[in-house]
Amino acid sequence: MEKLLDHKALLPMAADMRNPGMDLDLDWVMQAAANTSAIERRCATLPGRRSVKKDYQAAWLCRAVSVIDLTTLSGDDTAGRVARLCAKAKAPVRADMLDALGMTGLTVGAVCVYHDMVAPAVAALAGSSIPVAAVSTGFPAGLSPLHLRLAEIGESVAAGATEIDIVISRRHVLTGNWQALYDEMRAMRAACGAAHVKAILATGELGTLRNVARASLVCMMAGADFIKTSTGKEGVNATLPVSLVMLRAIRDYHDRTGVRVGYKPAGGISKAKDALVYLSLIKEELGDRWLRPDLFRFGASSLLGDIERQLEHHLTGRYSAGWRHGMA
Amino acid sequence: MTVKEIFETMDYGPAPESATEAMAWLECHGGRFGHHMDGAFTAPGATFATINPANGAVLAEVSQGMQADVDAAVAAARRAQGPWAALDGHARARHLYALARMVQKHARLFAVLETVDNGKPIRETRDIDVPLVARHLYHHAGLAQLLDTERPGMAPHGVCGAVIPWNFPLLMLAWKVAPALAAGNTVVLKPAEQTPLTALLFAELAQRAGLPKGVLNIVTGDGATGAALVAHPGVDKVAFTGSTEVGRAIRRATAGQGKALTLELGGKSPYIVFDDADLDSAIEGLVDAIWFNQGQVCCAGSRLIVQEGIADRFHAKLRARMGTLRVGDPLDKCIDIGAMVDVAQRDRVAAMVAGVGGVCFQPALQMPAMGAFYPPTLITGLHPADPLMQEEIFGPVLVSTTFRTPSEAVELANNTRYGLAATVWTENLNLALDIAPKLVAGVVWVNATNLFDAAAPFGGVRESGFGREGGSEGLGAYLRPIAPSTPLEPIKPHAGDAPATGLNRTPKLFIGGKQARPDGGYTRPVYGPTGAHLGEVPIANRKDIRNAVEAARGAGAWAKTTGHARAQILYFIAENLSARAADFARLLDATGGNDAEVDASIRALFTYAAWADKFAGEVKGVPLRGVALAMREPVGVIGALAPDEAPLLGLVTVMAAAMAMGNRVVLVASEPAPLVATDLYQVLETSDVPDGVVNILTGSHAELAPQLAGHADVDAVWSFSSTDLSAVIERESAGNLKRTWVNNARSRDWFADDARAFLDQATEVKTIWVPYGE
Repeated sequence: MEKLLDHKALLPMAADMRNPGMDLDLDWVMQAAANTSAIERRCATLPGRRSVKKDYQAAWLCRAVSVIDLTTLSGDDTAGRVARLCAKAKAPVRADMLDALGMTGLTVGAVCVYHDMVAPAVAALAGSSIPVAAVSTGFPAGLSPLHLRLAEIGESVAAGATEIDIVISRRHVLTGNWQALYDEMRAMRAACGAAHVKAILATGELGTLRNVARASLVCMMAGADFIKTSTGKEGVNATLPVSLVMLRAIRDYHDRTGVRVGYKPAGGISKAKDALVYLSLIKEELGDRWLRPDLFRFGASSLLGDIERQLEHHLTGRYSAGWRHGMA
Repeated sequence: MTVKEIFETMDYGPAPESATEAMAWLECHGGRFGHHMDGAFTAPGATFATINPANGAVLAEVSQGMQADVDAAVAAARRAQGPWAALDGHARARHLYALARMVQKHARLFAVLETVDNGKPIRETRDIDVPLVARHLYHHAGLAQLLDTERPGMAPHGVCGAVIPWNFPLLMLAWKVAPALAAGNTVVLKPAEQTPLTALLFAELAQRAGLPKGVLNIVTGDGATGAALVAHPGVDKVAFTGSTEVGRAIRRATAGQGKALTLELGGKSPYIVFDDADLDSAIEGLVDAIWFNQGQVCCAGSRLIVQEGIADRFHAKLRARMGTLRVGDPLDKCIDIGAMVDVAQRDRVAAMVAGVGGVCFQPALQMPAMGAFYPPTLITGLHPADPLMQEEIFGPVLVSTTFRTPSEAVELANNTRYGLAATVWTENLNLALDIAPKLVAGVVWVNATNLFDAAAPFGGVRESGFGREGGSEGLGAYLRPIAPSTPLEPIKPHAGDAPATGLNRTPKLFIGGKQARPDGGYTRPVYGPTGAHLGEVPIANRKDIRNAVEAARGAGAWAKTTGHARAQILYFIAENLSARAADFARLLDATGGNDAEVDASIRALFTYAAWADKFAGEVKGVPLRGVALAMREPVGVIGALAPDEAPLLGLVTVMAAAMAMGNRVVLVASEPAPLVATDLYQVLETSDVPDGVVNILTGSHAELAPQLAGHADVDAVWSFSSTDLSAVIERESAGNLKRTWVNNARSRDWFADDARAFLDQATEVKTIWVPYGE
């Protein structure tokens, strides 16, 4: 009997490269299938299949903190408000708790703001290695003129943002105009220059999971470094089924091109428990390599508070309270 | 490991479920159990150990049920049965509701006890088995509530003997006990020797929940105990879930005992993946198909049939997915694959896999150092001729082959002795709904797998057994008609020695639409009650049976015709019979029969013509966004021995019922009065009946019955012969586990309108699950 070795375990980790993109492969795009019922079943049972306890849970929650894009995207944002957020980004968990966990120096993954708040954020984060991400391209609807959207990217990069979260034109997906989506994404990627680009699909407005799968592939083909679910402003933001579809698209893209694209669910993830489920979903579908800030982020604002309370419970055995932790 | 280290590795770590309460329950019984009968535990007798297969630890000692124990349990069930059946449906519904609540209140205890006794992951017992048990009890509380209004004219069998397997110990208990109790039966249940504990806990808690004593009795023990139970003369109905081999033995052992029998047996269920499927979801489905319960599932999707063009990519994805399965301590909440039920089963699977052809893949997983564990296994490159593509492995081993076209996929899928379940993955609704009816299986899942629900009938065809569990169809297996019947004495052909009169006629056999001389070349004379010579009929032998079955098999297109088309043929037969009504009446009079049969036959033809497009099945209310269609499909080729007391009406009734539902029949005419049958084929010849749909033989019932019952290409045998052939038919049917419907030497009122019984027997329920959503 011939015996097949499990080569995967033996392969050295490939050196990471930015996604260079590829030509639009419409055959591949149109083959993408997403069976909603089956995807929902997988997501419904996952929390029952994977669970982490005690020290493992604490470590996983620290990992979750390390991949948070701590975000404020409000009309009333000010330099002061952003400075407070940045202070929290640098010290996301109380120092005594980090000491007790052996996790001193833990920070969040990035701070995410509107363009006008980029400069204040960069200033507030000076001396830390925390990057500033800017939402861009007429966020959240993405319906301003294309040349202005592209120019906005340039402005944010010039202001010091090293990550740009762009929004795609949902109409291109809804009308099946994949070439237009590809061209737009290509142009935005080019406008980002050295800054990494996260493509926000606004999955809550794409109608079907199949559209999510296809839009994910097109954006990756056009060079997205990350694909991201939502602006946080749609009626429905990150969900597990949408995540599963996007993760599988990322896996397919990696299988065929060898390139790892990152993933960012955003909006609606506010509980530590949810974060653990997302981490296990990433681990199961993509593997441990994706559990790092260069390939995974949570777009979240209130999640951190719940994680802090859970971590304190882990350390003391007593349930915590929000006011015991510094606010963002 | 420190938090910092785990932060880097992102390992899962242990997530153990506590077994403290389960162990305390065992402890409070001193770790030794008697049987639970007549409302109490008996003192432990000779005992054997039940072991936790994950670590080899002895959990408890349970008693080996002896004949005396079985006798006592059956006696207790018998005493309890009258009062239990005398309760109205609502009163029994209250009891079943209490049992459902009881299971929910002790859900975790049941789950943990099941896991330590069986080895399956706590995730499955906690999230699947126990919730399904509660659901089954709730659903059957409802069926009990509605019984009096929905099932008039039906009565419980009496005492049910249930023998259940070790793969779903508590769930299989619920599948047997819930419908039995709902219908007014009492139960003696023997759990598998490897996994007796949850049944004992269930019985104890049921007692506390107020179930009257004797209604549910548990006798533990090995196969010998089970054999004693099913053979017990005090048992009226036997329900068995387990291996095909044991099912066959039970069929033989109970042959001729007049017991109702349902068998839910093995399988080698196909899992078909078309190239337009959501491949990742199909792979996740395979995890639920073959790595659920370590693959120890009768309906496990164990035979992957994948479209050739995507096979390599699919297998590559599958191997990658296998690499993330976690094998280990079943009490760990983070485990996908637990222990097999015992070391013997593990070794049996390992031996089957060793030395086969194909390419065997087992991922490099961390495996526990001890315990009955076996890694997930994929064997690709196999063909139907390989034994592993045919034999049930009953372990976490998936075998795979490829197909080119939809019709080839169907052919490959149906190339099996089994017929329990099938799975189809495609995004094309046209394809899915075209394929599902063509698959020979009792359950078909579209874009899903291993979905179960109390409302959806479950059960097999071919050697996967017969009978359904779940839904109203499942309840039917625990009910019998109250119709009065009397003992049937054999009706001998009339004797005589008068010479023939008139112009000679030469009746023949009717096979494949043609009149055929008997293979043996013998005929016998037929005489009337006064000794008058009425004619001569051929004596069919086993070769004529062979030819008739071949003709019937070849007429498979009949099953695909519409109900409307079948009705038209039946009406046409009625029309042509009516035209010759006087001839048939004269013939019946001459044979000492009842000429009212002619008119009743025409009525019967109308009745089944009426039903032909109306007995199509039901949509089941399953808890799912989707539909479960319980479709009524033809059984296939039915061999039937016509009644002697109503030679024309009985023959026509059987023929019409079978035809209406799309079956083909091999009819053996009444032995004393065969000439109505040989005249009937002339009616058929003028009625557009397609060749082979109806075949009529004359000859000795006693000689032909075992031939029909033993023929592997016959799907069902019915006997209404006045010669009691029930035992021989049931015994011979064990070969291919064909369905049987025998009269046990009891009469039937052929003039009564009980079409429903015939329609039930003429159909198989196929449950097609179609989840949907975009």
